This record gives sequence, structure tokens and C-alpha cells, in this order.
Amino acid sequence: MIQIKNLAKIFENGDSPIRALDDVSFTIPDGQFLTVSGKSGSGKSTLLYQLGLLDTPTDGQIIIDDINTESLDENQKSSMRLKNLGYIFQDYAILPSLTAFENVMVPLLMLGLDDKQAENKTIEALTKVGLEDRMHNLPSQLSGGQQQRVSIARAISHNPKVLFADEPTANLDTETSKNIIDLFLKLNHEGQTIIMVTHEVEYAHMSDRTIFLVDGKIVSDITNKIA
Amino acid sequence: MFKEKILKIIKNDARVGLFLAKRDIKRANKWTTILIVFVMIFTFLNLVVVSGILVGLIEGSVQANKARNTGDIFISSFLNRDYIDQSVEVVKVVENTPGLANYTARITSSGRVTAEFRKTLLKDELPNAVGAGLVGIIPEQEDLVTNLKTAIKTGTYLSSDDPDGILIGDSLIYNEETPIEFPGFTALKRVSIGDSVLITIGDTQKEFIVRGTIKAKVNEVDSRVFMNQSELRKMMGTSLITYNEIAIDLQDGIDEDLAKNALVSSGIGGYARIQTSIEAQPKFLKDIQKTFAILGNAISSIGLVVASITIFIVIFVNAITRRRYIGILKGIGITRRAIIISYIYQSLFYAILGSIIGMILVFAFIKPAFIAHPIDFPFSDGILVATLSGTLYRVLLLMITTVIAGFIPARIVVKQNTLSAILGR
Repeated sequence: MIQIKNLAKIFENGDSPIRALDDVSFTIPDGQFLTVSGKSGSGKSTLLYQLGLLDTPTDGQIIIDDINTESLDENQKSSMRLKNLGYIFQDYAILPSLTAFENVMVPLLMLGLDDKQAENKTIEALTKVGLEDRMHNLPSQLSGGQQQRVSIARAISHNPKVLFADEPTANLDTETSKNIIDLFLKLNHEGQTIIMVTHEVEYAHMSDRTIFLVDGKIVSDITNKIA
Repeated sequence: MFKEKILKIIKNDARVGLFLAKRDIKRANKWTTILIVFVMIFTFLNLVVVSGILVGLIEGSVQANKARNTGDIFISSFLNRDYIDQSVEVVKVVENTPGLANYTARITSSGRVTAEFRKTLLKDELPNAVGAGLVGIIPEQEDLVTNLKTAIKTGTYLSSDDPDGILIGDSLIYNEETPIEFPGFTALKRVSIGDSVLITIGDTQKEFIVRGTIKAKVNEVDSRVFMNQSELRKMMGTSLITYNEIAIDLQDGIDEDLAKNALVSSGIGGYARIQTSIEAQPKFLKDIQKTFAILGNAISSIGLVVASITIFIVIFVNAITRRRYIGILKGIGITRRAIIISYIYQSLFYAILGSIIGMILVFAFIKPAFIAHPIDFPFSDGILVATLSGTLYRVLLLMITTVIAGFIPARIVVKQNTLSAILGR
């Protein structure tokens, strides 16, 4: 479970600081598929970065499984990201000098798995996203959709507690986007907690719950279906 | 327990670092890699060759002194004696030295050489003369040890049946290479092959004909006048068979120290000073050798600084242009240490590859080329001094420098904000 209490993020901008997140509080139970929606600049990506421990909030608390992340130093946050969190970025953020297989394998090696275990888990993750036949291709040899699948495989390979996705379909065509969302739904049905930022209403409606942000504040928190 | 856990973490960081480094190197731009390795090769050569030539400049003199003057073992009279005591006995022992190849026994004296001695001097005009060490040799025997024949600059070598011939060292003759004259410095002017010169020892004078001039690039040889032993003995007015110097050439592979110890233990140590070629080096050569070694180390230190700056720039540029890559790695939980280690591995790869190619160049091509064609410096034939142990020591220094130079820029970039790096802001 993730508890967010009075979260605020202020960006200094000369004399007029920007409140990207303003007193945001909510709770995400385990196994929920949450979408965060809103217009551009509403603070949805900023929220995701704070929840994913990629950035440090100006104020407030994020408690993941009873651990108050406020007290964690940079190394502990890194360890938390490695063990418990998975990320999928809008522009895939996969490493260009590594093959699909190697991209997925790196965090597994970092977790201390031996080569054989890491290879098996990599194959398992890539098979899950349907990339078993493109495993040894470099990112430059893959389409956008395939690159996003690599990103998903890397994010789920170590069975994270929470999967974060920042507009994962923004750069993809409709067909590929639908496939990606189907994959998320499948993962969610298997018990995976997912927090996805999207501005596409159709996809938001497919999730368990949708939070709408306007100017860094939650303006609505809708349950789309009974979890 | 805690220590083991820490070691396990570091080991895992090193494993991930190696995994990343291997792939980065493998998939890096081929031309960039070639350029970096090329720079590292030159950095290595700068470390080894420049200081090696400096030291080799003097090593050329040291080797020439051994080859042209002292041989492997040098026996000379004690400082307070005019000649080697029991000279004949000493020579007999020398002839039975284990591993002896050849030897040459010399007698020496000091005298004065006057050119144009028939010329009537003007008022206040000084004679065209120079003080010199006179050496009596058996030409064939001398040549077997010191190859003196090959040091002839002009004219011909001395023969045993030539009582009137002499060879004059190049330093005694004024020529374009003679240093600027200063008060007290003299050199013979207008002396050519075939000219008559007058040699004076005490009250004894004899006219000789210049057969040749010698340039061995060894001061002890180039400032001497060589003549047949029998003639010098006559001029010195002695019929005793005595010697002042014996230069011994040992067979290849015979240890100088062992040969010297054999001579000392034979009992002749009480009659003469017995030295290995190293011990017999003139003091100024030893001093210059030390000086140039210090200079060589100073230049190597500058080379190391240049190397570290080169690696620093390479790694810094590499890391800064891959800021997003590093951000993503940090974002997915790869530790800073693993990322830094990957950059250290990369810098070590470039340094090791550059050093290996540099060592192949030095030991397979450059050093043999220097041996075959020494640099013709005015006072020595410069060679390249590059020992395997010395070179490996420099490689080790280069590696330590590389680790530091790889670590610092990687750490600077890795410390940057993860999210900013990923988003490229």
C-alpha cells in the first residue's frame, strides 16, 4: 500500500514559484490499477516522479509499505527503486548500447541474481511481453512499440510491488497502444499494482481508479470499476 | 558478517560495472575507440620512450666507456703507485682468468704534444701544443678488446711495426666541434694526417707522425695519444715490464662480479685495483646518469599528468554526453558505484590496450631500431633504455593514474540529479 500525505512540489522560478503539486493526499491499495489524468502541466508526471522516488517532494510524505520514504537517503532510494519499483517512461528510456535482452538483465544482475537466474528471468519477462524473437536486437533495430515492450519487460522482470508508467502510449500508434494497455490489464489481473499517467480518457476508464489533477491539486478521484 | 555483506555488494557492483563496460566498449564508435587507444599509445610512448632516450643518452656513454676503455673488468694501479705492482704476475693471472675472451695491458704517462714545432714563434706567440695522456699499447691486442680500429675518425690505425706512428684523440685537436675556448683550454690546431709532432716527457723528446685521429665518444680515449708500447717505454726511460691499466674482455654470459671475485681471490687484489666496468665508470658519468634518471622521472611525471588529463577528458566527455544513459541506469536502481566502476573499467581498457600496443612497439620495433641505429649525439651514441621491469612499473603508474582519472569525471556526472538526467534538463 502507498500512502500519500499532503504532498507538495514547488519549483523555484524567480519571484514566482510554481506549485506543481499542492497538498495532494490519497492512498493506493495493493493490486490497484490507478490512472492519473489531467491536462498538460497539471502535475501528473511530477506526481509520478515523486511516488517513484525519482524526485524529492518539497513537502509531505510518501509511505510505501509502512516505510516513510522521507527518511531514505539516495542509496536507500536507489535500492528501493531496484527492488520494489518498476518504471516505464513515455520515450521508453531503454539503454541504446544494450540489446533488449541486456536491457532487461541489468537490474536483475544488480539485484544479485547469478547469471543463469538473471537470464531465465529475462527470457520470462521478454516472453511475457511477446518479444521472445527479438531478444538480441539493439533498440535501434526495434520499432517504438517493441522498445516500449522492452521497457515494460525491464520494469516487470523483478516482480516489483508497484509499476509506474508515464504516458506509455503517447508515442505509439493506436493498435500498439491498445496492445500495451492490454498487457497492463493482464499484469494487473495477475496482482500487479500499476500507476499510470495518461491523458487518454479511454485508457483511464479501463483502470480501477482515476485521479484528475488540475494545477497540482486533485479535483476528482473516480473509481471506474470494483477492484 | 557486516564486512562480508559489504564485500558482496561491492563485488556485485563490480560485476554489473563490468557487464556495462564490456558492452559500452563493444558497441562504441570504432573510430572513437581507435582515436582514444591511439592517444593512449602516444601517452605510453611519452612515458617510456622520452625518459628512455634521456637515460639512454648517458647509457650510450656508459656502454662506450666499457666497450672502448675499461672492458668488462678494469685493473689499474693504486692511486699512490706509478704502476701495477708485480705487473707481469698480474698479467699471468689475467691470462688464466676463467671466461677470459681478450685483454689489453697499457702503460700510461703524461706528456706534451707540440705541432708545428719547427715554426719560429713570434713574440708572445704560444706554441701549438697540448698536454695529453700518453698510452702505450700493442695495437692488435688493444683492438681485440676495444675495437679501437673502428674508432678511427681520419687516417689509419697503428701497426705494431710502426715505431714513429701515433694516434691522436679527437678532443686534443681543434675542430668545428671543439667547445668555445676558455683560458687554460688548449687544443692542437692545424694538425693533419701525416704531420710530424713532437712529444715531450720530462726532458725526453721524440718526433712522431700522426697516423690517425680517434673519436670513440669516450673522454678517456679521445683525450689520449696512442703509440706503440715499446716506444713509450723507451721515452719513459725504463726497461722494466710494468703496466698501468689492463682492460679485460670476458666471454659472453660471464658475470663481471664473479670474474672480479675470481681475480681478487687469486691474490692480485693487493697489487692493483680491480673493478667491474660499472665500478670503473668515471664519477662524472655516474653523476650525470643519476641526474638524467631524475630528469627522466620528472618528464615521466609530466607524462603521467598529461595521461591523467587525457583520460579525464575522454571519460568526462563520454559521461557528460551520456548523461541521460546514466540517469536511466540510476533510475532503474543501478548503484552509483556500479556506474562509476563501469567507467573505470573503460578507462582501464583504453590504458591497458594502449600500453600493450605501446610495449609491442617499444620492445619489438623502437628499441631494436635504436640498437641498430643509435642516435649520433656529439658525446655519445644514444640508445633507448627501456627495461621490462622499468616499463611495467610505468604501466602500473599509468593504471593507477587511469583509475583516478576515470573515477573523478564519472563521479561528477553520476552525482547529478537522476530525474534531470533522464529528462535531459
